[in-house]
This record gives sequence, C-alpha cells and structure tokens, in this order.
Amino acid sequence: MSVHDVREAITRAHREEWARVVASLTKRFGDLDIAEEAAAEAFAVAVERWPADGVPPGPGAWLTTTANRKAIDRIRRESKRDDKHKEAQLMYGDDPPDPLGVIDDERLRLIFTCCHPALAMETRVALTLRMVGGLTVAEIARAFLVQETAMGQRITRAKGKIKAARIPYRVPSAEDLPARVSGVLAVLFLVFNEGYLATGPDTDPVRHELTSEAIRLTRLIRALLPDDGEVAGLLALMLLTEARRTARVSASGELVTLDEQDRGAWDTALIAEGHRLVRERLASGVAPGRYQLLAAINAVHTSARDVRDTDWSQVVALYDQLVRLEPSPIIVLNRAVAVSELDGPEVALAAVDRLEDQLAGYHAFHATRAELLRRLGRSQQARAAYDTAIELAGNTAETAYLTRRRGQLG
Amino acid sequence: MKYLVSVIDDTSNSATPDEMVAIRAFNEGLQADGHWVFAGGLADPSTATVVDNRGSEPMITDGPFLETKEYFAGFWIMEAPDLDVMLRLATEASKACNRKLEVRPLL
Repeated sequence: MSVHDVREAITRAHREEWARVVASLTKRFGDLDIAEEAAAEAFAVAVERWPADGVPPGPGAWLTTTANRKAIDRIRRESKRDDKHKEAQLMYGDDPPDPLGVIDDERLRLIFTCCHPALAMETRVALTLRMVGGLTVAEIARAFLVQETAMGQRITRAKGKIKAARIPYRVPSAEDLPARVSGVLAVLFLVFNEGYLATGPDTDPVRHELTSEAIRLTRLIRALLPDDGEVAGLLALMLLTEARRTARVSASGELVTLDEQDRGAWDTALIAEGHRLVRERLASGVAPGRYQLLAAINAVHTSARDVRDTDWSQVVALYDQLVRLEPSPIIVLNRAVAVSELDGPEVALAAVDRLEDQLAGYHAFHATRAELLRRLGRSQQARAAYDTAIELAGNTAETAYLTRRRGQLG
Repeated sequence: MKYLVSVIDDTSNSATPDEMVAIRAFNEGLQADGHWVFAGGLADPSTATVVDNRGSEPMITDGPFLETKEYFAGFWIMEAPDLDVMLRLATEASKACNRKLEVRPLL
C-alpha cells in the first residue's frame, strides 16, 4: 500500500469513524471531553503507525480500541492526582464496550446532546461540527471568522455545562423528539447557509467545506431517522441548492441570480437525488413541514430547463402553504418575488412595502425592492434601495452583483 | 442531582391568589413524584443586608449587593436525574407561578 493510499485510508476513516469513536467513548466514559481528546489521540496514533504497520482490517474497531486505551490512561493519570475524579469516572467504567450495531444510536445521542436547547445556537453549531463532524477547533474558528482561542473556549465552556448541568446523553423521549429533531435540523441548516452565503468582507462567497459538511451530517441523520419527513426535506433542500453552487457565482466573483444562471452547469446527479426525495415525501401523503415545502419550491425551479418554463403558480401555491405554516416576513418577501413573475411587479411591490417595519435591516428586502422598482421604471427609488442593500449585504458576491445592477440603472 | 430554580421578577410578594393555588398544586406534584427538596419566597431586595467579614472587622451594609431591575423573588430546590427532566419541571413551574425562571445545577 502506497503512502498515498494510507493517507487516503486515514482521511476516509476520519470521515466515517470519527463520530462513532467519540460517541462510543462518550457512552462508556460519560464525558465528552475525555471522548474527544482520546479520539483525537487515536487518530494521531493512526497517522504515526499505519504507514509503517499497514491499515488494520477494521479501522473503526482499531480506532475505538486505541481511543479507549487512551481514555483509560488519562483517567488513571487523573485519578492519581484527584480521587474525586476517579469516583465520577467509575460510575461509567463498569459498562463493557458496546457491540457494533447499536453504535448508530450512539451517534444519534451525540448529535442530540450537541444540539441541546439549553446551549446557545452558536455553541450547538460549534459543538456539532467538532464532536460529530470531526472538524478541528481551528477549522471551525476559520469557518465562523472567530479567533481560535475564542472558539476553543466556547467549546470548552459547552462541555463544562453539559457535564455540570447534566445534559443527558440520550435520544429524547417520544414527546420531545419532534422539537428536538427540528433543533438539530436548525443547526445543520445554519451550517449550510453560512457555507452557501458566507458572510464577511474577506471570505469566499461560497464555502464548500461548510455546505458539504452540512450535507454529510444531514445524510447521517437521514440514515438514522429514515422516516422523518423534515429530515428528508432538509436533505432535499440542501441537495437542490448545492446543485446550483457552481452556477451561482461568476468567474469574476459576482452572484448570479437564479434567472441568469447557466442551467447546464447545474449538477444533475444532485438534482435527481433531491427530486427523488421530494417525490418520496409527496407520496407519503403526510402534511409537509417547512423544509419539505422549501425543498418542493426548489424542485419546481430545478425542473425548469429554462427560467421561462418555471411553473410560477406552483411556486406561489407552495409559498402560500409555507406562509400558513410559518408566517415569517422573510417567507412573505420570497413569496412576493414569485408573485412578481405571476402578477407583475406592482402587486409584488405593494406586498414587499408592507414588510418595511419588520425587514428594514435586512439586505434582501432592499435588494428585492430595488429590482421591483427597476422593473417599474422608478430608477431613482431603485438606486436608493440598491444603496441600502449594498450597505447591508455581508456577502462579497452579492455586493458585487448589487453594485453592477445599480450601475446599469438608466 | 439537585438544581436551584430561581424565580425572576421585578416586584416582590406579587403572586395573585390564582397563582398561589397553581403553585401549591405544582408543589404537591413535586412532592408526590420525589422532585421536591425545598422552596421559598424571598422578601424584597430592599430588606437585604450584606455581611463581609473577610477583613479585620466585619462590615454590615444595608441593601442588596447588586441593584438590578429584575431579581430573584423566590426559589425552588428540586431533585432531577438530568437536565431534560429538570427543564420539563421548570417549564411547568414557570407556568404555575407565571414568572420567568433560571435553572442552575448545585455542585
């Protein structure tokens, strides 16, 4: 086996086994901190030993065994120093390691613990990426544009709270499950969106490492909860959005809106998979939730080979359903865009203007108004709306796009 | 595992008769289910006295150690196996006493 093959095997093992190793150690030792550190050490040993010894036949089992040994070493070291610590560890130490097969459940426990509602949203995101995604603290800090030390502290504090407040390590009870699953999905959607519309003046407009990580974790949840409609809906939504990623930013780094995108550049495999999921949900006959409706809207868009073939009445009907479910001003704003294609810019602008009180600080509100005013020939007002949108937009590609559009006004 | 559940309010001794009934019923449930440890209402912060005997002589000062608009008006100490159970109890407690609560684990 070549050095390259070994490196590839380690990367693959990291991607596939990290969460399992952390989950099984957390179960055994009842401590996320020990689990995380021991898992990291086990991978470090693999990097050192596999090139010389070869990749073991069961990399996951090898990593879990090695990590277990590292965790026990640490507990022994600490219990010599501190007997109280020893007592705490012993509560969990009697459990034999779990047989393979129930481990999938443990990854699920791990996800629910990391996304617990008693943790702040940004903490849930960081913890999920670290414990479940296996990203390093440095990688997470870079992704969210914070200092590595600050991100490290955030994760350390979270682990401290989980332990001290005894946030349980288990799949929530049936009555709590729907709310808790939707909390997990909110975390994954946030990770995806930050990747898809990255904020910050010096960042890439699209950060593929975040979108692909969000998709990978959503696939994992989907494998663990195959019957949950919203999980399928979120995965479909991400796939149908990700499919347009390369067409979404031009060579010069400018945002390309849906109507101007080169649809030949869309990823047909991702679209096919997304459509399959949407059809599966439609066939279920169960009333859809927000992610399923958003996925369905994206399915309509990605079904049109040309923007002129878009079934706008279908899009508006889906937005109507979404508004009934979740009457948020942002959804009403997006609905208005579809309405402008169906009933013209005047009707849409009236709907948009009614949102001013709620959305005055949101760049997309002003960008939408600007486009509608342009179509109505009200250039001066359009220019003012572009100005505000540019001021508020945090994404470099979006700013470039809006600046060009403003420049094209008569 | 014990948790301190603090009742957050901006007035003292403000529970209505209806709230008192609801709180009593909730407390009976806590006792029946083994979650009860202790509970009590607190008098107004203006009645507080700060004692500091870290130096050479004890210092007795009038008033709360922190002047805030919102403060703790009462508390429970509850027994729960983990935070999920605790949060479910606190959700009920908040409804019963009609106040915002803070949950903190005891060491």
